[in-house]
Amino acid sequence: MMIFLQLFLTFSKIGIFNFGGGYAMLSLIQNEVVEKHHWLSNAEFTDIVAISQGTPGPIGINCATYVGYTAVVNNGMPQWAGVIGAVLASLSVIWLPFLLMLMVSRFLIKHHDSKPVNNVFSALRPAIVGLIAAACLLLMTSDNFSSPSESPFAFTVSILIFGFAFVGTRLYKVHPILMILLCGLAGLLIY
Amino acid sequence: MIQDDIDKVITPLPHREGEGVGPLFLTFLKVGAFTLGGGYAMVPIMEREVVDKHGWLSREDFMNILAVSQAMPGLFAMNMASHIGHKRFGVWGGIVGTMGVALPSIVTILLIAIFFQQFKDNIYVEKAFRGIRPAVVALIAAPVFRMAKTAKLNLRNVWIPVVACLLIWALGISPIWIILAAGVGGYLYGKITKS
Repeated sequence: MMIFLQLFLTFSKIGIFNFGGGYAMLSLIQNEVVEKHHWLSNAEFTDIVAISQGTPGPIGINCATYVGYTAVVNNGMPQWAGVIGAVLASLSVIWLPFLLMLMVSRFLIKHHDSKPVNNVFSALRPAIVGLIAAACLLLMTSDNFSSPSESPFAFTVSILIFGFAFVGTRLYKVHPILMILLCGLAGLLIY
Repeated sequence: MIQDDIDKVITPLPHREGEGVGPLFLTFLKVGAFTLGGGYAMVPIMEREVVDKHGWLSREDFMNILAVSQAMPGLFAMNMASHIGHKRFGVWGGIVGTMGVALPSIVTILLIAIFFQQFKDNIYVEKAFRGIRPAVVALIAAPVFRMAKTAKLNLRNVWIPVVACLLIWALGISPIWIILAAGVGGYLYGKITKS
């Protein structure tokens, strides 16, 4: 029962503190789900991000649904309990921002160009860039990349794939889903 | 004049005869089901459905709602859906719109989660994911640079993302504290420089 309460509290927190969209949310989810609660390993978390990219819908909801299910099942509970966990986590992400939206939108529309609101966002926007960078750095682990001591071959391949994917999405605007499919195919052929 | 603008954005319009929340739900269900790649990818589809096809909102109203949704916490696409639903059909419309966007994700991911739990130890799935994992990290790295442009980073504020990143990465501080500190810091900085 504890796990459901924790899922509710954790994802409510993730929902209300998410400024700046899905990617910024990843750093929050990772901090809570991997570092703090150990519901998932770093590799499992990365798998979820990959799956979220390739399925319809906002990344935040996708992550919440997946984590909700996996955390409950990893906790030794049956699949139907996992389904409840998934729905609970997804709704937990939504409900607080929804209520806040109903209350605050009137204020925000009125003061959208006001000085204090602009000041707050002038510091919040750069901070969010740092948040996403941190999420990225925290995922650069042997879980995801292997390591030179563990397997020099796998490590080299991982670095090459990382470089390929970065240049491909950043400079050549390759679609993320296509990129994931290509790199999955590369993994199948190489390993 | 300003009050007029607020009312235009906020006041739920009266229901039209024969118009329920059903079409709203179906429309947002479609938006949720056919958008890959998260919130921002949904905007053009939402605009086409809500403004061009159904005429629920004017294009200006749509832009206003877009700006407010970006400024609010929570998922961008969810905020859009609840705003639009709320404006057209009241609180109930907000709930129905939000659920419409969320439902396809929840169902799809749930099926994948159940399926993936059973097949992730499959040797081929494992091989594919060994290739995918570094790519995903790169996919997260790419928007950092794109967002640096949107956040108007310059020599005076570039320390903010660097410090934020180091605090989270090296010291394990929760991003929640960073967000709170940045918000309060920005507010205070504005007050001090003004006076």
